[in-house]
Amino acid sequence: MTKRLGWVWRCAASAMVFIAALGVTVEAKTFRWANDGDPTTMDPHARADLFVTTFDMNMYEALLRRDRELKLKPALATEWSNIDPTTWRFKLRQGVKFHDGTPFTADDVIFSVRRATAPGSDLAGQLAVVKEVKKVDDSTVDFITDGPAPILPNYLVGIAIMSKAWCEAHDTTSAAMLKDEESYATRNANGTGPFMLKDRQPAVRTVLVKNPNWWGLKDQPIDVDEVVFTRIENAATRVAALLSGELDMVYNVPPQDIERIKTTRGMKIWETPELRTIFLGMDQSRDELLESNVKGKNPFKDKRVRQAFYQAIDEDAIKTKVMRGFARPTALMVGPGINGFDPTLDKRYPYDPVGAKKLIAEAGYPDGFQVGFDCPNDRYVNDEAICQAVVAMLARIGVKVNLLAQTKAKYFAKINAPGYQTSFYLLGWTPTPLDTLHMLSNLTQTRSKDFRDGAWNEGGYSNPSVDQLIKQIQVDLDSEKRNELISKALSIVKEDFAYIPLHQQIVVWATRDNVDLAPMGNNDFQLRYVKLN
Amino acid sequence: MLAFLVQRLFQAVLVMLAVAVIAFALFNYVGDPISSMVGQDTSVADRERLRQELGLDDSFIVQFARFVGRAARGNFGLSYQQARPVGQIILEKMPATLELSFVAATLALIIGVPMGIYTGLHRDTWLSQLLLAVSLVGVSLPTFLIGILLILVFAVMLGWLPSFGRGSVVHFGWWSSGLVTLDGWRAIIMPAVTLSLFQMTLIMRLVRAEMFEVLRTDYIKFARARGLTNRTVNFGHALKNTLVPVITIAGLQLGSIIAFAIITETVFQWPGMGLMFIQAVSFADIPVMAAYLVLVGFFFVVINLVVDLLYHAVDPRLRLDRERVGVG
Repeated sequence: MTKRLGWVWRCAASAMVFIAALGVTVEAKTFRWANDGDPTTMDPHARADLFVTTFDMNMYEALLRRDRELKLKPALATEWSNIDPTTWRFKLRQGVKFHDGTPFTADDVIFSVRRATAPGSDLAGQLAVVKEVKKVDDSTVDFITDGPAPILPNYLVGIAIMSKAWCEAHDTTSAAMLKDEESYATRNANGTGPFMLKDRQPAVRTVLVKNPNWWGLKDQPIDVDEVVFTRIENAATRVAALLSGELDMVYNVPPQDIERIKTTRGMKIWETPELRTIFLGMDQSRDELLESNVKGKNPFKDKRVRQAFYQAIDEDAIKTKVMRGFARPTALMVGPGINGFDPTLDKRYPYDPVGAKKLIAEAGYPDGFQVGFDCPNDRYVNDEAICQAVVAMLARIGVKVNLLAQTKAKYFAKINAPGYQTSFYLLGWTPTPLDTLHMLSNLTQTRSKDFRDGAWNEGGYSNPSVDQLIKQIQVDLDSEKRNELISKALSIVKEDFAYIPLHQQIVVWATRDNVDLAPMGNNDFQLRYVKLN
Repeated sequence: MLAFLVQRLFQAVLVMLAVAVIAFALFNYVGDPISSMVGQDTSVADRERLRQELGLDDSFIVQFARFVGRAARGNFGLSYQQARPVGQIILEKMPATLELSFVAATLALIIGVPMGIYTGLHRDTWLSQLLLAVSLVGVSLPTFLIGILLILVFAVMLGWLPSFGRGSVVHFGWWSSGLVTLDGWRAIIMPAVTLSLFQMTLIMRLVRAEMFEVLRTDYIKFARARGLTNRTVNFGHALKNTLVPVITIAGLQLGSIIAFAIITETVFQWPGMGLMFIQAVSFADIPVMAAYLVLVGFFFVVINLVVDLLYHAVDPRLRLDRERVGVG
């Protein structure tokens, strides 16, 4: 009798499970989106690629995270403070579990920072200032830094916390590329984040599902149950798939397709000013330019020539003609949203071709000169077209610019350290920690022999007072005073015409009109904000 | 026969080595993979270390010898982009490309040959003229344009077919097939038509021209004089004799279908080897590019071999020649 009842119970129970499962499948909300790139690895420490990090950080979490307004918010750490100038103390969130069920502890933090800074991890450069991570107790860790490090928390946003036990069990305690085999973490993920990896077909399709045990659910319910990401490289196909209803969202939309989507019913365009600044740089360090007909001297060492270049370029025309309005002209090397951006300094010198012609004549080049110009053609929005516009504009003041536009793999190999084989180039820069210091030390600090300072200062700009200010900004823990120092440095860089800032791009995403999401200026795409109505 | 095969295999190895040398010589021009692999905050020292680990600072000859040595053991190294074994990536992508090429080639044959016969036999009817005119459009429009137009009409405007991807696939061991699901067939229609269009017109025009040629020959006149039916004359005698050049061209075209699937695959985001190659080029992913190029070289050699063997099946004279040589 009891046996038979047991059987009935089991039947009823499985029927209920079945019905529940049915209910879920009926209600399951799937969000389908596409981009031209692929998150090439699920290992959050392997590559510091913007899209890889953006994607993986939906499954993994760091001690801190950014909200939709880009403000720093607690994630796996609940509070943090400087207990002394070289120690940051983090209180860890309790009761958090990884996707596989193992609890999150201080050991995982120490392990993850070690993994992220060991050879093979591409994040090591961001944590160069960290000397040691110490466990105080199970819920507290200290970061000991090499000197005061005011923006360490900003960097920690990008350092995913992995499970020590999981990494050890799967022999993936290093993010390094192995000799001949694939590391387990490349196609598997085990984070604490709001989404879990369900299926990964590299370069084709990646499926995430909602993490029903996510610690943040009580404050922020997640609307989508499943997220399907597809890589679609061809822009026309990507847009077509959105218009035909096969996708809910396409991440970067090329400017030429925006009108088409806008005028289609049921579609929505999202515009966000990006934090990346597009600018031109000039070689100011060599005594003779590599690619120029001026011999025995370097025209760019003369500030008047740099100013003439600046004022000969009509950024408004670039904005309207090349960028079709999707750009924000800038006078500074950082845009709004970056800590340290100073709106009072953000006024461009006017477009003045006549004055520019006069300046360049005063500098000793009444007939202009010739110079080579390096430009990527697959890196930034309409990069090559911008460069062609610049060539035409400089021709009006007699400068003959020989444009070399090439694929990014060749372009960066040419202009980057250690060779810096360029005379004049176009580049874009987003400060990783969203703080101006990062731009200043990479682009304006005098280059050091070991390439640690001014690593991306391709033109070799050097001004001792800027260097002095950078040294102060690096260690200043008082944010108000620090921002004053940043403003001072920004204004010197501007008055020196160290660079010719052009614009910040406007990121354009397109969705069906039932989609709600949080577009962010750093190109971050947090799936937890996605809602399907 | 065995000697013939061995000789051909030896040739295959030579061809693949030659392809590898040329490919490696070209890799100097694709750019620096390191700059694709690292982020902006990676120090110069770390970049150099990575370069050393990957052996990118070695000379051309050392890099090439290492590649050949490892490839001979079936090891193509790790993809720079995906950090996964190249052999595995290619095995994942190959079924998609082969299925697409197979369907496209079949389409080209089963549509191209009848159209060729029809236009060859009835050269002045309005239908022949129409087919020829349409085929002219087929050869002159670039592949990606045809692809985009198809997407616009059948995916965006009509909503009948998916605009990208392969639909759902079923796995048989390492082979993934989209040809056993309805979804998969819906997804393959547009890419296969796009890819086959050029070959279709080519085959049609070739069959048509050959038919003209053969129908003028004496033995056809004799066949008609013997009172054979039109059917026997046209298909039994005429068509059979047009097939040798058609097989050659169709065979060689199969190689180019596989090789030129690149554009079609990019337009339809078809997850095959062509798309993989394009992704590798933009990343300067040298191991993937090298393996792909060598593999395509191999395909061409194999297809040529099969074509040679088919001649024997179709043309009895060749069989006789070889037997005579064999006996002698």
